Amino acid sequence: MPKITFPIGGVHPHDSKFAADRPIEVLPLPPVAYVSMAQHLGAPAKPVVAVGDAVKVGQVIAEPGGFISAFVHSPVSGTVKSIAPRKDLAGNMVPHIEIAVEGDEWAEGIDLSDTLVTAIPDDPAAIIEKIKACGIVGLGGATFPTHVKLAPPPGKKAECLILNGTECEPYLTSDYRIMLERPKEILIGAALMQKALGGCRAVVGIEENKPEAVKVMRAAIAELGLPQIEVAVLKKKYPQGGEKQLIAAVMRREVKSGALPIDAGAVVQNVGTSLAVYEAVQKNKPLITNVLTVTGKMLPAERQHNYLYRIGMPLSFIIEQAGGVPEGAVKLVSGGPMMGKAIANPDAATVKGSSSVLYLGAEDTVRKEATACIRCGRCADACPMGLEPFLLNRLCKAGDLEALEANAMQDCIECGCCIYSCPANIPLLDRFRIAKGQVIGAIRARAAAQKQ
Amino acid sequence: MEKLLISPSPHVRSGASTQKIMRDVLIALTPAELLAILVYGWSEILLLVVGVTACVLFEWAITKWMLGKPSTIGDLSAAVTGLLLVMNLPSSTPWWIAVIGALFAIGVAKMSFGGLGQNLFNPAIAARVFLLISFPQQMTDWTATPGFIHATDAISGATLLGVYGEGGMEALTAAGYPTNHRLFFDIGGSVGEISAGLLLLGFIYLLCRKVVKIWIPLSIIGTVALIAGIFYTVNPAVYTGAVFNIMSGGLLLGAFFMATDYVTSPMSAWGGVVYGIGIGVIVMMIRYFGSYPEGMSFAILIMNCAVPLINRAFHSRKYGRA
Repeated sequence: MPKITFPIGGVHPHDSKFAADRPIEVLPLPPVAYVSMAQHLGAPAKPVVAVGDAVKVGQVIAEPGGFISAFVHSPVSGTVKSIAPRKDLAGNMVPHIEIAVEGDEWAEGIDLSDTLVTAIPDDPAAIIEKIKACGIVGLGGATFPTHVKLAPPPGKKAECLILNGTECEPYLTSDYRIMLERPKEILIGAALMQKALGGCRAVVGIEENKPEAVKVMRAAIAELGLPQIEVAVLKKKYPQGGEKQLIAAVMRREVKSGALPIDAGAVVQNVGTSLAVYEAVQKNKPLITNVLTVTGKMLPAERQHNYLYRIGMPLSFIIEQAGGVPEGAVKLVSGGPMMGKAIANPDAATVKGSSSVLYLGAEDTVRKEATACIRCGRCADACPMGLEPFLLNRLCKAGDLEALEANAMQDCIECGCCIYSCPANIPLLDRFRIAKGQVIGAIRARAAAQKQ
Repeated sequence: MEKLLISPSPHVRSGASTQKIMRDVLIALTPAELLAILVYGWSEILLLVVGVTACVLFEWAITKWMLGKPSTIGDLSAAVTGLLLVMNLPSSTPWWIAVIGALFAIGVAKMSFGGLGQNLFNPAIAARVFLLISFPQQMTDWTATPGFIHATDAISGATLLGVYGEGGMEALTAAGYPTNHRLFFDIGGSVGEISAGLLLLGFIYLLCRKVVKIWIPLSIIGTVALIAGIFYTVNPAVYTGAVFNIMSGGLLLGAFFMATDYVTSPMSAWGGVVYGIGIGVIVMMIRYFGSYPEGMSFAILIMNCAVPLINRAFHSRKYGRA
């Protein structure tokens, strides 16, 4: 079968998957866990426990704070020490529940066995309810509450569930490891979501640099006998895992500007999310663990790790377990090198969507001084949304919001391909983030004014 | 580790730089220039050293003393302009004319517009046209200077396009048309016209390195071939043919290395095609009906003026906005 990919733009960074061959290891429990109330897209969760309460693993400790929000469960057993603002990895104050760890006592009804549960429940609503109750959010980066995505608004129907196994960010290997180690759970998770969506086909998109994962997932599909699920091999190109790009690659269809994937008949979920859905629905296990990669070019093979961590574990605890910050690392990144966030506060707690601790050396990451734009057009060639960053950059400097909107500034997905490919080191995306916010603000203000 | 580096994503870069791109252009031009040195000897070496040095020095001096900005000569763009300028001169050009050309290219065409990235006209071509108008005699003296290898019989006087421009087809046939052109080695004309084959080799290098795209040269050459083909078919007694026109008068040098200049060509592929067609049409009209024999420099300069408009008309295809 010919390899497919998205049609516009994209770049080819070295994939640097140094931790690919390292099996998932379970981290020991930390002395204290800090559970953030804002670890999903949308309204922060509201704590339902009080200081001094004893909690068990998997017990609800916070409830959704709005329609787009999610339940939060205790990742550890112990005593609630405080409910107070604490710095997240960027240094912003976010409400956290601090839990002193005592033992490892799990809440009733959570199936901790390895037994594979293949029977799919009949009732779609019950599946979605379970997913909501277990606090599942998208683990591909955006942490959008999964139950919302699985319940399309009336009149809209999912034609295809796309499982994102592209892991197109360099360095990251956690999705690859779960595809190798837990393929059947991921696929049953997909089958559950297909059921929840009212029955539709499903495609697992995997990039060509992970042939093992393609093989293992195909074998698991055959073994489980899931005729509605297939694996599509994608060319290696960043940002293949971007929702819009993946839909274009797999379905040959584009999501209209300003529309949602469901408008194109697509629902995209990460393979990690699918695994979490399996654990929630089949095993009654809330989202309290995830897999992250500890990696960096300067680390020897034995210090590359894929860890199963408890959400709320401080990053500094994980760094310590992995042998400390290596010599030569000048920047710590949570997530991939293209879209991840620089860690300003290593004491920050992990969240549901944490995917890595990435160490970058000075030669890779220190920015060079910006020079004159030579109008080479590489930014426009690289932009997967077909935007013209060289033009947007000029419009940003001129502060021309109207022209920025006319040239689709609001369509920017912040993938970073423009900065990545610029030979003049112009901070294109830095400016675009600000401009995009202003343009979207102007569009919303206009819409609000029209309503009145 | 004491301090953490914090900056927004992306955290890694492709490693592309202006200097690397310009270095690739220099590398691509090297084979043809080396052959020119072999054929035209010491006078070409003198022109090369003077032309490139003057361009770099003028850029350095202007940034330092007139603009008070950090020097930009490290990006090698001034060196590229210098080399292209020299390749656009006859080998017999006096060295001081090259200095004047360098001053015009860097001082007027480039720095007065705001430096690299801001200039409307390709500096080397603007300088060549300036010199052609200011020093018509020296700029059309095609006497081949003595080289290090024997290069057929020394040609003096006009180029074949010049012969055609003066005396029409009759004179051109007397000068040996159409058998006079050879792919890898051809003297008479600007230095850079010495070898169509080596220019093509350099261009293929730039294509492989993804420094330039093929659309602009392809549409220029295609348009020239089409127009010359039609005119030649209709009246071969008056009009020169496609191969002759493509191989002469710096058309390939212009199409491969000057019309593809990032700064002065359109940003989009379709814009590039329109720009290339425009150059092809203008160059053929000048050659058939104009008073200058070559026309490539004028064609590029004229189309340079149209680039801002072309950029307004042609945009990239945007995702989800079909």
